[in-house]
Amino acid sequence: MKSTSRYDQTAVFERSLKKARTKRYLLRLYVTGATQKSVQAIQNLKRICEAHLKGRYALEVIDIYQQPALAKGEQIVAAPTLIKHLPPPLRRIIGTMADEQRILLGLDLQSAPGMDAHERHGN
Amino acid sequence: MRPAPDALAKTPTGIAGLDDITNGGLPKGRPSLVCGSAGAGKTLLAMEFLVRGAVEFGEPGVFMAFEENEDELTRNVASLGFDLKRLVAQKKMALDHVRIERAEIEETGEYDLEGLFVRLNTAIEAIGAKRVVLDTIEALFASLPNEGILRAELRRLFRWLKQKGLTAIITGERGNSGSLTRHGLEEYVADCVIVLDHRITNQVSTRRLRVLKYRGSLHGTNEYPFLIGRSGISVLPVTSLGLAHPAPTQRISTGVPRLDSMFSGNGYLRGSSVLISGTAGTGKTSLASAFALAACKRGQRAVYFAFEESPQQIMRNMRSVGIDLRPCVSRGTLCFHSVRPSHYGLEQHLLAIHELVEEIKPRVVVVDPVTNLLSVGDPMEVRSMLTRLIDFFKTHQITALFTSLTVGDADLEQTEVGISSLMDTWLLVRNLEHNGERNRALYILKSRGMAHSNQVREFVLSSRGIELVDIYTGGGEVLTGTARIGQEAEERRQAQRRLQEFARLQRDAERKRRATEAQIAMLKAQLETDLEELKRSVAQEDVRKANSVRDRKTMARERMADQSNSEVRTSKAEARTAKGGARAPNAKVRGNGRGR
Repeated sequence: MKSTSRYDQTAVFERSLKKARTKRYLLRLYVTGATQKSVQAIQNLKRICEAHLKGRYALEVIDIYQQPALAKGEQIVAAPTLIKHLPPPLRRIIGTMADEQRILLGLDLQSAPGMDAHERHGN
Repeated sequence: MRPAPDALAKTPTGIAGLDDITNGGLPKGRPSLVCGSAGAGKTLLAMEFLVRGAVEFGEPGVFMAFEENEDELTRNVASLGFDLKRLVAQKKMALDHVRIERAEIEETGEYDLEGLFVRLNTAIEAIGAKRVVLDTIEALFASLPNEGILRAELRRLFRWLKQKGLTAIITGERGNSGSLTRHGLEEYVADCVIVLDHRITNQVSTRRLRVLKYRGSLHGTNEYPFLIGRSGISVLPVTSLGLAHPAPTQRISTGVPRLDSMFSGNGYLRGSSVLISGTAGTGKTSLASAFALAACKRGQRAVYFAFEESPQQIMRNMRSVGIDLRPCVSRGTLCFHSVRPSHYGLEQHLLAIHELVEEIKPRVVVVDPVTNLLSVGDPMEVRSMLTRLIDFFKTHQITALFTSLTVGDADLEQTEVGISSLMDTWLLVRNLEHNGERNRALYILKSRGMAHSNQVREFVLSSRGIELVDIYTGGGEVLTGTARIGQEAEERRQAQRRLQEFARLQRDAERKRRATEAQIAMLKAQLETDLEELKRSVAQEDVRKANSVRDRKTMARERMADQSNSEVRTSKAEARTAKGGARAPNAKVRGNGRGR
């Protein structure tokens, strides 16, 4: 069911890619109920998406308390977790989405300073 | 060993031996830490804990894997006979693979591990789990940023597991700097810590297990070797085997009739352990083979563990001393298990022997020679392994014969591996050098529970088989071989001579007896003659006396003498005198007799 819908999304994406010649984003944010962290993450993410991806993103917010099976299926360990399904590569962003630079990096919307950040984490 | 009263509730692991060491299992409702280096067997131990819990104790379990996925896990443990797919389908077990790619992850602010909690909780509630395994949760440190958050979350996780009353195993990889785990998990999981070890000595690996810590409970503190066999892990604490094996009184032939008779006629005790020690070439293998052959001839199954020679070599060599093992092998009553000691570790040898014995169920087992195992482990380890091996044979009522090679000039009455005290019967074969030749001699150094000969026997190997011969012990020296044969011949000659001498003495005596008897007869005859003569003399004297009285009367008549009273009186007196006078010639005769 889930994968079918994802393929549908892919088809949608491919069609839209041809039309718009811009990358379309499919994002899913997994949160745990209405905790403070969840609320913060949702607010922060929406703000960033509106600022940088306006009109070309789909954001789904999933409460894993409500749908615990998805936590296993999507390999969710930390909460909140944002998964960027499209465009590839798949990427996970965890935390309250407080660091805008990092999110932009994770969404491949910024590259040069992001590399430094990567290396810093690697160490 | 009765388990000591323990206030702490325990959850049995079902792993052979581990419950003995821990006095009943892991602490119930608490997490335990199992740590060890890579490949030490942490995952298997944890998995067996869950599988046995699910199958044997009706406690479903959740396995959360951070390193292997479900398929890999299922395949890896299938070799141990664990069917995870079936257990999962029966809802006795749940597997969850937590996979996190470090490269995919970007941290943006505070986070928690609620995702993990949710997954664990879902799995636990789905099957009503009582047991949980987190293998190896430290992988999170490598894949998630912000160690501070992780530590706090792990602490919360363990507390949460405890609150839910789950008995958990947390595995952790051993740190490089000597710490138990890379990230100090022992700080959070402190109730019970089990350390697994995989040590390589002399290119041979041995697995060991140790209960480092067990709060509020007694536990074995030693390092216990453990094996990963066909049916899972078995920890082999020497003490768990105990000393409670039965002691049968039936006897079993040694394969050498004369040796049987040295053991009061019946051979070894069934289910006992026999050691044959001796220097090279003293016939240990021959004795062992004779024993195996005798068992096969009785129709009992035997297993020959050869650590030195191939089966073909043994069979060929034994044929030369009249012990033909081939028919036994082709009939299937005798099974050879030839393997180089260095092929694998001691524990693996032990396992191989266990498995073969379980499979074949022999009544008789030969291990030839145990001393070769020293190339795989140090004497202490070999001794410990052999102790367990002997116990194993005894509990299975298998009569086991071990040979031990004594090297060079080492003390003969001492075995290289110091196992003699474990043995019930100990035979010593040695070479005696004398008169430029070596001969074999056999002694019974000990034999528990039966009368046995204290005699040294010469041990002769020929194409007719094994023979035991009395050795010559006369004259204060011990002779064997040709010296014994020579001495025996000499003794026979001496005996012959003594016999002849005796016959001669007997003949002499007979002769003397006959001579004496002849003399006695002669003297008797002489005596008879003398008596005869005496009688005749007496008769003559009587006649003469009678004649003289008549002559006097005649003379008186011729002289016409009157017959006065006085004459009458005189004649009467004369008659009296004549009577008295008769005594005189008598005396004279006697005097004559004496004079002769």
